[in-house]
Amino acid sequence: MLCCICKEREARVFLTQIVADKVQKVDLCEECAKQKGLDDAAGFSPADVLLGLGAAEIDQYAGGSEIKCPRCGFTQADFKKSGRLGCADCYATFAEGLEGLLKTMHKGTRHVGKIPQSQQQSRDLAERLKVLRKKLDKAVADEDFEMAANLRDEIKQVTGRQGNLAAT
Amino acid sequence: MTISLHDFLIPPAESARRRGPHDQIVMSSRVRLARNLKNASFPGWAKKPERIRILELLQPAIERLPEMKDSFSESMDALAVLDKQILVERHLISREHAARTAGSGLVLNREESLCVMINEEDHLRMQALRPGLQLKQAWLAIDQVDTALEKKLEYAFSPEVGYLTACPTNLGTGIRVSAMLHLPGLVLAEQINAIIQSVNRLGLAVRGLYGEGTEALGNVFQVSNQQTLGETETTIVERLDKVLSQIIEHEENARATLLEKKPKMVYNHIGRAYGILANAHSISSKETMNLLSLMHLGMDLNLFPGADRSLTDELFILTQPAHLQRCHADRERLSAEERDLLRADMLREHLRNVSRPVVKPSAAGGAKLDKTDKP
Repeated sequence: MLCCICKEREARVFLTQIVADKVQKVDLCEECAKQKGLDDAAGFSPADVLLGLGAAEIDQYAGGSEIKCPRCGFTQADFKKSGRLGCADCYATFAEGLEGLLKTMHKGTRHVGKIPQSQQQSRDLAERLKVLRKKLDKAVADEDFEMAANLRDEIKQVTGRQGNLAAT
Repeated sequence: MTISLHDFLIPPAESARRRGPHDQIVMSSRVRLARNLKNASFPGWAKKPERIRILELLQPAIERLPEMKDSFSESMDALAVLDKQILVERHLISREHAARTAGSGLVLNREESLCVMINEEDHLRMQALRPGLQLKQAWLAIDQVDTALEKKLEYAFSPEVGYLTACPTNLGTGIRVSAMLHLPGLVLAEQINAIIQSVNRLGLAVRGLYGEGTEALGNVFQVSNQQTLGETETTIVERLDKVLSQIIEHEENARATLLEKKPKMVYNHIGRAYGILANAHSISSKETMNLLSLMHLGMDLNLFPGADRSLTDELFILTQPAHLQRCHADRERLSAEERDLLRADMLREHLRNVSRPVVKPSAAGGAKLDKTDKP
């Protein structure tokens, strides 16, 4: 089988990538693979494939140029080179560009798995608050002021607990 | 008191005896979680002083877990190159981690069922290992470790995209569920490529013996999930469990069909493998693994009555380069040629009391050719 880039040398590097149920196959000779930065098997990942084979695509994903993480100084060029990010804040910095990349890589773009317990508590409180506020609106509309007063007290309590949680 | 890695590790003769469900085909199950700390650069981007600071924070926190009582805990720069290679050959750390020095570390529990790499690609790479097919058990074990650690550490987590990892391919759950499979039947029956393709189509990866980018030596394949975001850990574990059960069934069917239709071919492979392993005076690591795989198949098919079935598993570890060098600790660094000689000596010695394969009379007698699939 010939390399799909130079179409001259025998392919030695075979990549299979699955993007949204479509199987993409890329067969490269060693030289072209090296040129595309795909010779380092240890650091290989689908991100690298995207980065290595579609530099134009990644420019589009990373959204414009010269974005730099304010916390760690990591740049888009660094991401292009390594396929890795610099720190947790990079996800916010490069959020716009990453969205497309994540879509091709994963089942979804929202986390539905495990949540750290501390986060779970704050999530629960936020949910509770939402429910209480809705009830309060209804009570006010119904002119049930006794109920509204109780709800207001409860909201105050929950907000207080939220504040405590944030402080710890 | 510090204990040497050599004294700490379970001897291969003992570890090869660990049993688990479906262990004739599933050699081991593994679940690993990737976690990072908030307000710190990922290990690949952090400067050395920051990595050292993180190691000094994480290492004691992990050591103090009840699961890690009497663990082996070491900074990577304190480990000899040979020790690191031995850890790789035992599948306890990655090759990438073995290449790391100051600022990276490792905590391994007594039973070798939990191993945490500190400052690998992520601040924490925690893995639970089990013999045979035990993905759910491995997930529960590592989930427990993770829950205990999150009480003491502040993880980098986003409510939208989950646990934040150095590589976006691990984002979300940070989970990698994998099993190491021995599939000589599917390889001999030439069905392995079709299986790999259909497994790939389910979004799962199939790799060689040492993970990413490695060859499938000794008919050993690693199957793992690729996607980590948008599904729960349980969904991922259950899907892999289901797929593995199907692969086990295919492997069993392939073995049964081969024995029925091409017994001569199977016995020929196993007999030759035994012949070479028990009699060679020089043998490479690659040839050894491929032949041990066939002999292992012979053990599974009861062609070596009386032989300890863990023997091939033990030899699979002992004949690897770093383990071989360890057995000859008195010698200078062995060359590949010297290792081939010593490897053959070791194999002959261990197989001295194993008699040649006993083939069932119906299959042994006569010069009948195997039925072929083609008319």
